[in-house]
Amino acid sequence: MSVDEKTVRRIAHLARIAVTDQEVPHLQGELNAILSFVEQLNEVNVDGVEPMTSVTPMTMKKRQDGVTDGGYPEKIVQNAPATEDNFFLVPKVVE
Amino acid sequence: MTELTHLTIAEARDGLKAKTFSATELAQAHIAAVEKAKALNAYVLETPEKALAMAKASDEKIAKGEARPMEGIPLGIKDLFCTEGVTSTAASKILGNFKPPYESTVTQNLWNDGAVMLGKLNMDEFAMGSSNETSAFGPVVSPWRREGSNVSAGASGQIEGTHLVPGGSSGGSAAAVAAHLCLGATATDTGGSIRQPAAFTGTVGIKPTYGRVSRWGTVAFASSLDQAGPITRTVRDAAIMLRSMSGPDAKDTTCVDLPVPDYEAAVTRGVKGLKIGIPKEYRVDGMSPEIEQLWHQGVEWLRAAGAEIVEVSLPHTKYALPAYYIVAPAEASSNLARYDGVRYGLRENGKDIVELYEKSRAAGFGREVKRRIMIGTYVLSAGYYDAYYVRAQKIRTLIKQDFEKVYADGVHAILTPATPTAAFGIGEKGSGDPVEMYLNDIFTVTVNMAGLPGIAVPAGLDAQGLPLGLQLIGRAFDEETLFAAGQVIEDAAGRIKLPQPWWA
Repeated sequence: MSVDEKTVRRIAHLARIAVTDQEVPHLQGELNAILSFVEQLNEVNVDGVEPMTSVTPMTMKKRQDGVTDGGYPEKIVQNAPATEDNFFLVPKVVE
Repeated sequence: MTELTHLTIAEARDGLKAKTFSATELAQAHIAAVEKAKALNAYVLETPEKALAMAKASDEKIAKGEARPMEGIPLGIKDLFCTEGVTSTAASKILGNFKPPYESTVTQNLWNDGAVMLGKLNMDEFAMGSSNETSAFGPVVSPWRREGSNVSAGASGQIEGTHLVPGGSSGGSAAAVAAHLCLGATATDTGGSIRQPAAFTGTVGIKPTYGRVSRWGTVAFASSLDQAGPITRTVRDAAIMLRSMSGPDAKDTTCVDLPVPDYEAAVTRGVKGLKIGIPKEYRVDGMSPEIEQLWHQGVEWLRAAGAEIVEVSLPHTKYALPAYYIVAPAEASSNLARYDGVRYGLRENGKDIVELYEKSRAAGFGREVKRRIMIGTYVLSAGYYDAYYVRAQKIRTLIKQDFEKVYADGVHAILTPATPTAAFGIGEKGSGDPVEMYLNDIFTVTVNMAGLPGIAVPAGLDAQGLPLGLQLIGRAFDEETLFAAGQVIEDAAGRIKLPQPWWA
């Protein structure tokens, strides 16, 4: 399978990465190189094989469902580019 | 007395305990070496005040007879590990000013054992790369040079000539250890990022079993593959350092509740009576005859030390790398969704929230990272998920079963080359076709796909005078056998003579 320019733009939008008109042909070539490299996986018979979900056999650790951490909003927002009263600021989303 | 920067971790530990020198003197010697090596670009942030304060605390502990396992040992920290109050960037513009309000479990474990932080080390952006060329801070210069090469320290503090890459993604870690700019360094490995740079720089690097080391506070790339480990100058040092880095952690549910063995005690165990497998599928087209020769030499060394050598088959080996280039980007596209220009990191304003996201991410991520996020987005998108992602995860099951069959037949560890070639020059690979660069990880990536431990040990030099490494792959949670067999190779090969400081 290979991707065309329209698909490259669609993927970029899904990935929320702005791309310029000049970038699209390069990205198309590079993505197609990778897609053609992974094409060989189609040779493998995977009938009846379970997809891997956990690489080491282990049971998920569990703990009491309770609050164990928190209470420091100023630390949470300290690296944010724009904040007010310990809230993250974004452009208006709902009219 | 040996220069303080040329000691091993084990020697430094013993010297500190015997009060031959102080932790402060050891830190000062390293700070001076780092200062003179700026042209290598191995450190992206130096923290000399922090190092001296930590060393002072170590000297007090030593004076009271309370030295801990890594007391006073100066380390470099890959910039993928979050360090409290100290800028942590993953070598990306998008995290350029990020100061974590918390400490990663790995680094906290090291500080709890008395280690000293010299600074943060350069790497490929978000650990995506095999040459350290994708870093937002620019490439790292390998301390190694080809025989007769024109690379030299220029008058302006810049390196002149076409230098070699140290490998990646832990290129800063490997270069700093090889250039004596720290006694050991933390590193991470998703497809070979500890073992390939270790092999390129004549150092030792171990990727432990998935789940041995906590991933909490380490910037995520591909969560089902990422593991942290050390890069050091000897097998024994790797054993000492991995023990301190490892252990259960309530903050990472994939980190196992298993006690950490005394790895250093395993170093002298030898390989007598062990069965070592040689996988025929690792004899790939285009492998350099020198690597083939080195591999054969490794077999002879282990045989001479009493191991039984058997040929084994890992039939799905050739599919590991293509399957990796579906699984890893898929996980990366999901993990890197958090960089949105809202909660932390770089922000470019837009007319609405979507434009803010798109412009922030376009400005903050480098080319390789964008490429991988886009591949991951594509293989996870509606209509392609089963054909790519689910198929790749099925192939991953087959790769793991290959190893399980070999181990069920009584094989204790597997010997392979670490890389298909020695280090290459900057700009030599991957400029046209990204896959050319990806092929560097052909021998290491299977190990991540199967969640197993793997160690790279320097085993010789090629005709150009560059180091080559061998890899040992172990059973899950049996890092001890890797240290035992790794030491046999180190003893037989002799310690690699690291480069003189031509850059200083």
